[in-house]
Amino acid sequence: MAGPKIRPGRGPGSGGPAAAMMPGEKPKNFHSTLRTLGRYLKPYRCKLIVASIAALLSVAFSVVSPWILGMATDVVADSLLTDSPLDFNRLGQFMGFLLLLYGLSTLFSTWLGFLMAGVAQRISYQLRKELSEKLNRLPLSYFDHRTHGEILSRITNDVDTVNTTLNQTLSQIVTNGITILGVFALMVIISPLMTLIALMTIPLSLWVIRQIVGKSQKHFKDNQRFLGEVNGHIEEMFSGHIIVKAFNGEKQSKDTFEKWNQQLARAGEKSQFLSGTMMPLINMIGNLGFVLVCVAGGALALQGRITIGSIQAFIQYIRTFNHPIAQLANVANVLQSTAAAAERIFEVLNEKEEAPDPTEDSPIQPKQVRGEITFDHVSFHYPTQEEPPQPLIKDFHFVAKPGQRVAIVGPTGAGKTTIVKLLLRFYELTGGRILVDGVDITTLPKKELRSIFSMVLQDNWLFSGTVQENIGYGCANPSPQAIEEAARQAHIHHFIKTQPSGYEMVIQEEAGNLSQGQKQLLTLARAFLADAPVLILDEATSSVDTRTEAQIQKAMAQLMEGRTSFIIAHRLSTIMDADVILVMKDGDVIEKGTHQELLAQGGFYKTLYESQYE
Amino acid sequence: MKRIAKIYVPHIPTILLTGGLIVIQALLQLELPKFMAQIIDQGIITGNLSLIYGTGATMLLLSFLVCLAAVLVSYLGARISSRSAATLRSSIFDQVTRFGNAEIEHFGPSSLITRATNDVLQIQNTSLMLLRMGFFAPAMGIGALVMAIRTNRDLTWTIAVALAALLVLILVSVFLSLPRFRILQKLMDRLNLIVNERLSGLLVIRAFHRESSEEKRFDNANLDLMKTNLFVSRLMSFLMPGMTLIMSYGSLLVVWAGAALIQQDRLAIGDMMAFIQYAMHVVMSFLFLTMFFIMLPRAMVSAQRVQEVLSMEPRISEICAEEQRNLPLNTAGEVVFDKVCFRYPDAEEDVLHHISFRAKPGTWTAIVGGTGSGKSTLINLLPRFYDVTQGSISIDGVNIRELCHENLRNLMGYVPQKGVLFSGTIQSNLTFANPELEEESLIQALKLSQAYDFVQEKPEGLATSISQGGTNVSGGQRQRLSIARALAKKAPIYIFDDSFSALDFQTEADLRKAMLKALCDKTIFVVAQRISTVKDAQQIIVLDEGKVVGIGTHSQLIATCPVYRELAASQLQLSPKGDEDYGRT
Repeated sequence: MAGPKIRPGRGPGSGGPAAAMMPGEKPKNFHSTLRTLGRYLKPYRCKLIVASIAALLSVAFSVVSPWILGMATDVVADSLLTDSPLDFNRLGQFMGFLLLLYGLSTLFSTWLGFLMAGVAQRISYQLRKELSEKLNRLPLSYFDHRTHGEILSRITNDVDTVNTTLNQTLSQIVTNGITILGVFALMVIISPLMTLIALMTIPLSLWVIRQIVGKSQKHFKDNQRFLGEVNGHIEEMFSGHIIVKAFNGEKQSKDTFEKWNQQLARAGEKSQFLSGTMMPLINMIGNLGFVLVCVAGGALALQGRITIGSIQAFIQYIRTFNHPIAQLANVANVLQSTAAAAERIFEVLNEKEEAPDPTEDSPIQPKQVRGEITFDHVSFHYPTQEEPPQPLIKDFHFVAKPGQRVAIVGPTGAGKTTIVKLLLRFYELTGGRILVDGVDITTLPKKELRSIFSMVLQDNWLFSGTVQENIGYGCANPSPQAIEEAARQAHIHHFIKTQPSGYEMVIQEEAGNLSQGQKQLLTLARAFLADAPVLILDEATSSVDTRTEAQIQKAMAQLMEGRTSFIIAHRLSTIMDADVILVMKDGDVIEKGTHQELLAQGGFYKTLYESQYE
Repeated sequence: MKRIAKIYVPHIPTILLTGGLIVIQALLQLELPKFMAQIIDQGIITGNLSLIYGTGATMLLLSFLVCLAAVLVSYLGARISSRSAATLRSSIFDQVTRFGNAEIEHFGPSSLITRATNDVLQIQNTSLMLLRMGFFAPAMGIGALVMAIRTNRDLTWTIAVALAALLVLILVSVFLSLPRFRILQKLMDRLNLIVNERLSGLLVIRAFHRESSEEKRFDNANLDLMKTNLFVSRLMSFLMPGMTLIMSYGSLLVVWAGAALIQQDRLAIGDMMAFIQYAMHVVMSFLFLTMFFIMLPRAMVSAQRVQEVLSMEPRISEICAEEQRNLPLNTAGEVVFDKVCFRYPDAEEDVLHHISFRAKPGTWTAIVGGTGSGKSTLINLLPRFYDVTQGSISIDGVNIRELCHENLRNLMGYVPQKGVLFSGTIQSNLTFANPELEEESLIQALKLSQAYDFVQEKPEGLATSISQGGTNVSGGQRQRLSIARALAKKAPIYIFDDSFSALDFQTEADLRKAMLKALCDKTIFVVAQRISTVKDAQQIIVLDEGKVVGIGTHSQLIATCPVYRELAASQLQLSPKGDEDYGRT
């Protein structure tokens, strides 16, 4: 199986200007996605308004401070120029005022951060929750064409992206925007002429930014592409290392690797170099502006048209001007990536759901079901865009009497597992009906329907909980005695008792601490406990040793006692003991009968049976 | 860290050059405030316009030089970072290619993939930053401090105060946030785990209508995640404003103290402004240095993981020495296992006990037994994926340990249990062992493996593309292509490790018939579960718990070997007499 999906490095400090310069993914419908995102923000309207005010105030205070500091400096400068004693009182007043301003600015900045963090985290929580709930309502067909990784990535990566934007980028946009406006306003108030001179460098900065971003896009794209190729190749070669060895494919593998590796290195070099030139160039332009301000300021000061303090303020303002511009230049990219991520999330949330349950009371009680299952001219094909759709089941007609043992055999792809899925209504029929004790299954709430059946599949699904929880999974509130009894019937009680914590033993992720046979016995115990009237068994037991196999056989036979059982059979002994054998081929039941009857018929079953002995 | 350090060694001159440039850049940058002070003190206050122009021009020149240095640094840094990362990736790739099964199992393929991809990326990303910070921060910090002291010694204490405050702020943040970052990682992992489980157990969850309890499980984890994230975010949201506050208050402190000094004529006003600039630089450098020490451990973790891979010596040397023998490719191919015992590295017990048999050319040797009996393990010793721990395996009288591994593997066509295809085309997969194979032999192999028909049906035939993992063909088709790949090789020995399980009875029967004819002079090994697959073998070896419990033909074993009888009984019907009854009526 392929290795873990590689995510771009995350975590604090891994971004920076370079990351923001990467070409953003383009969302398909930017505006409608933003609108939907806006709906999530709506409940937090008040908080957002307060946050904006906080942003405004924090920026206002920090923007005004250099001006005030300038005035404070003027007090000092005045005393020098006029050769008079320094008015410490006045200075003190300014200083005190500044202490307050800085303090308030920090306070509001922090408050802004607090508020936005709260909003962002809560929205992320909500998105994840909605996605999780949606998972349960999506039809099974949705998951057939999607990898786990894809779905997982929406719940984790994509929500993360939206989170970061809500947390940081939004406030950045607001504060940067206000800063630029505020600084501009103040600069004009101090001296329109100087402002004009200072602003001359802005177009230059913007031009530089655009040039660099433009040129580096291509290399960033290449970087991503080659990284994908290199990583993909590594995944393949490492996972399939046995084949590489067995066929002496090492040289070929290496050659392919080096091809991508070298290209990656080149693309990486270029993209990193280009992105690394942006800040130095912006800084140099900033210094240019600084010099212009000094020269112009000097000239103006000489003419008495401006104070020293104002020049000082201007110097600080010019410094604070460049950074927000550089940050905002990248905002478009960030917004695009965020919209793309949000779009992926909403795509899932807008998917068509399974048919809702009928609201009337259930016509039957699961525990009292006799177990007569009727397939009434059932036909089925997977939901697909193709015309005409490929039918998987064409015309399946069969009645299972209560307590009957029904074996289903046939070549791979004949439709055996599909029948099981239809029985449990994991998919909707495209024709015909399925009846339980004469009642159409579509009239039953899914919960009731599924309580009628007990399933033991090839894939033994156990989760990371205790043995007790796993066995008791099919029941609402199983008592420990019931669980132990089920374990005994499944011949696994002894094994559990030999484990360190017994029934409290925790099954690790992917149940790595149990053998295949033990896993199967646990799932059998689960089925025993669930004690449902109809049993569905998928019999592949080829992955167990003979002794455990015998135990499983015994347990399965016990489980089938008195219940209507549908068995996807692989073992001749099971098939021959069945009351009815359904032979499936290409989606239809082509033969029906007991083992002897089918052999006597001399049809497909006979051929299948005999091909074992050729 | 020796192996990793070695990769950077050839870059040392460039690193030093870059470092030097960074230092120059830092120092030049520090000169700027001085000029600013000059302009103000000697230009503006004294009314010397020409000085202003002159100094301004010098400043521009200086900032141009700074920019130049920075651009060069970016160029060199990018070179070092990209090239060393490429070398690192290469080294890991070469190393893992040399690994035998033992080493690969030790790490696990997923972990190796992560180390070769994610960890290298992490190292690459942080190494550049470390390079920059490592030179820039000290250079800037010390330089600015010197300049500040030179400008005015009496104000230096303000810097100390600011640094102390910053230190406190950082220590408190780190102390509060670090443990939570670790918890955060665990919570993310837990969320991943839950979602993965829900997805893989979709059928079971719905069948047992446990949707709401699963939602609850997820919600708990979700809530925990939100709470921890909230705490950490809020903590971080104080950090930046906090640092700005320290710097602002620091400036105020300088102005207040400086005013007094100016009053006493011990300080020029321009100098005071310059001092503020220098103080800012010292504080910022301190900040960068702290970031350096915070980023370092994270890079170290990745570096450690890569180092582990690079320093592991494979047990089986995959390098062909001069003295090693080579068997010709048309050698007879008689295989002898002589008292072979095997245990996995670091295991306490043998998994195979004293296995001996001989497989002659032109015969089929089947190996059967339940799972865990050691079948695959046994057959994997032949291509030397592992080495025997006792006993020996020889081909035509030559111990396989004496053979060059490349030669050894050329002597056999190997088909594993699960069909593994690589991304490319059907053709590239078939010619994986030998790119020189002609289309004629490929078609022959495809016909033999019963794959020709479906390949013909595809519009692009041999040139049909295969996606990663071969997922765009069915399991049975993948299996047949795998078999074709081995058959295209024309080796004296073939190994089929349970390779027919994905095929239905009919296809498998056809395949066996075809192979019996075409491979009549080869030595064939078949590991299987189905008795029907092995019935016709000239020699069937029955394994149980790693020991040979029977060797013979099908009928011999039915009569003499209880384990074999048990296996067969599960698949065939026995008449009351104990003879087989094919049920033919």
